[in-house]
Amino acid sequence: MTAQTATRPMLDGYNYAYLDEQTKRMIRRTMLKAIAIPGYQVPFGSREMPIPYGWGTGGMQLTASLIGDSDVFKCIDQGADDTTNAVSIRAFFAKVAGVTTTEDTEAATIIQSRHRKPEHPLREGQIMVYQVPQPDPLRRFEARETETRAMHAYSEYALPYLGLYEGYARLGRASSAAGHPVLTNERYVMTPSPIPSFDNPKLHNSPELQLFGAGREKRIYAVPPYTSVVSLHLEDKPFETQRWGAGCELCGSTDSYLDEVIIDDKGGRMFVCSDTHYCAIRRAERERAGVAPAEGQIP
Amino acid sequence: MSDNASLRVTGLAKTFTLHNQDSAIIPVFEALELEVFPGECVVLAGRSGAGKSTLMRSIYSNYRVSGGQLLVRHRGAMVDLVTASPQQVIDVRRVTLGHVGQFLRVIPRVPAIEIVMEPLLANGWSRSDAQRRAQELLGRLNLPERLWALPPATFSGGEQQRVNIARGFAQHFPILLLDEPTASLDPANRDIVVALIHEALADGVAIVGIFHDVDVRERVATRDFVISDFAATVPEESVSA
Amino acid sequence: MIGDKILLEARGVTVRYGKTVACDGVSLDLRAGEVLGIVGESGSGKTSLLTSLSGRLRPASGEVLFDVRGQGLADVYALSEPDRRRVRREEWGFVHQNPRDGLRLRISAGGNIVEPLLMCGERRYEPMRGTAIQWLERVELDPARIDQRPSQFSGGMQQRVQIARALAHRPRLVFMDEPTGGLDVSVQARLLDMLRGLVRELDLAVMVVTHDLAVARLLADRLMVMKNGRVVETGLTDQVLDDPQDAYTQLLVSAAM
Repeated sequence: MTAQTATRPMLDGYNYAYLDEQTKRMIRRTMLKAIAIPGYQVPFGSREMPIPYGWGTGGMQLTASLIGDSDVFKCIDQGADDTTNAVSIRAFFAKVAGVTTTEDTEAATIIQSRHRKPEHPLREGQIMVYQVPQPDPLRRFEARETETRAMHAYSEYALPYLGLYEGYARLGRASSAAGHPVLTNERYVMTPSPIPSFDNPKLHNSPELQLFGAGREKRIYAVPPYTSVVSLHLEDKPFETQRWGAGCELCGSTDSYLDEVIIDDKGGRMFVCSDTHYCAIRRAERERAGVAPAEGQIP
Repeated sequence: MSDNASLRVTGLAKTFTLHNQDSAIIPVFEALELEVFPGECVVLAGRSGAGKSTLMRSIYSNYRVSGGQLLVRHRGAMVDLVTASPQQVIDVRRVTLGHVGQFLRVIPRVPAIEIVMEPLLANGWSRSDAQRRAQELLGRLNLPERLWALPPATFSGGEQQRVNIARGFAQHFPILLLDEPTASLDPANRDIVVALIHEALADGVAIVGIFHDVDVRERVATRDFVISDFAATVPEESVSA
Repeated sequence: MIGDKILLEARGVTVRYGKTVACDGVSLDLRAGEVLGIVGESGSGKTSLLTSLSGRLRPASGEVLFDVRGQGLADVYALSEPDRRRVRREEWGFVHQNPRDGLRLRISAGGNIVEPLLMCGERRYEPMRGTAIQWLERVELDPARIDQRPSQFSGGMQQRVQIARALAHRPRLVFMDEPTGGLDVSVQARLLDMLRGLVRELDLAVMVVTHDLAVARLLADRLMVMKNGRVVETGLTDQVLDDPQDAYTQLLVSAAM
């Protein structure tokens, strides 16, 4: 198999997109199996990457196995394109694959993310790559792999509901603010990665391909386009999504996930969109429309 | 076989084999025959060590016999306790065959009144009915009310025995085995037990009893049963050295 | 009341670990409402027997039959793996000697008790929580501690939570392995008393393994004495303890303090 050519200059002495072609092939095979069995965790031969385990090696391996010279790559961390890890990983792929990178959600073909899904809905043909620390939603309760495999195989899913019970008992709400377990394709219980439960509904019946990579735990799983993804809930405790009192203090959005940002050392804080690109687009639109900037300081 | 006997023992033999004492064989009785009818009190007579308690325990199936039949009238049919299944024996003990021993088997932490109530509850009595009956008997036996809610571990021998008696007499058993029931009681309480026995006999209960106290024995006995008439002979070859 | 129907039956069960024979051709039966005690010293094979009869260790030979709901008496080891797991989950309970083996220590006491309910398909929070509170009361624990983790409880209290967890889903058959072993004497007495009451109230069939004859006398209707993997004597509890026939049983009984 020939290495792909880069559109831009790439690092000398490395194979295209860092991984060797056989590894990419193995990973793509794993992906196909994962896509064929939505929500099922497929083991794979996870490779050493130039960042430590726990920092997104799974997501990077997925991206590396998919990326080609016609791709446009976006990377976000906690919704932002400009945080350290997002910047590093984006720069990495620019270096080893010579690909075009972007912050524009609509323009990207591959979006790798830690802890969020972009606000803007994705379309057919795009690929969403999630970084996953712990791929098994049952691991929190059951340490034995032999047991969790049997539970998944026989649909013995009391444990994720036990997690919900614990949340309500101890906190008065389903505590899983991030990584709220979902039932995928009406068969496998899956963790949507540590995205806020606010983002869970975005996974359901979505046009793009969603891939999940856990490098340290050596598992890949997938949600094919237009697949049912339903958040688990107890019958008398319906799934609730987070709400904030007011909207984003920069763009006024009341539909997006807000981050709490500390702005001074006196406890001052403001709530702003976690999805930086989304917020920027909205601010630009409001300016064009002549709407006054939303209350609050521009940091 | 007489038509309405409550208990019929035929050809009963009992031998103890003490394996850890050079397999010493201790024969007690053999070819024992005994029939007890409703309303009778048969008193087991014989010197100490003759096997009275052993016979009583054998009838209760606490001890296993080496041969013979133990027929009891249970739920309208005759059941042989020697060949009955363990589940059947448990059923017989629950419904037909009662036993009051010399000592109360103290279950830790269970209050006296609960000990008396337990067999009733096991037989489906409601808690309120069982409690009323238990209180009635304990009251009659002069057990001070302040003791009812206490576990009997700290009671005197006489107080424990009264709990034991209340437990044994709480429900109606067609056959009652009484092994020295008045052993640790003062005369006043002995009288109460005698009254209970008379009431049971009037009720058609068949009683087999061991009474050390001559006075009590004479007041309750219908007839004596001399156990030494059936004393087993020691097999020659097994006499310990 | 002891039912007529046999709930569990072992036919010639032999359990091996490699070449070592732990149990040799053991047969027994158990009915609803009965408590069967299996006594013997360590090494007698009683724990291996329990492990095999509770579906967690396939016997080298012999059969373990259970009256499976909807199926009648069926060989537990001939069931498919998911079916066997279902039986263990929905129809059986298990009380381990060490409560830490039978509890999820990082889940609240209430969570431990509702898990079997969840495993049986319950999905409503309020009823589950109500049931958990009732069970805490039944095992004589303060319901206010429902959200505390068992790691904050004493050993005796952990054992009570384990017992509640083993019984919460109303199993028909409960296996107990030295349920009061490792607890101090006064705690043991209270626990045994509670167990007796629960067994009677819930009409449970129980198989309890113990080396402690006092526990056997208190809990069991019938006893089986094991030595070197074999059953040496069996009968009503009071028969076996008061009039032991077998040489080993006589030794065991006389050695009890």
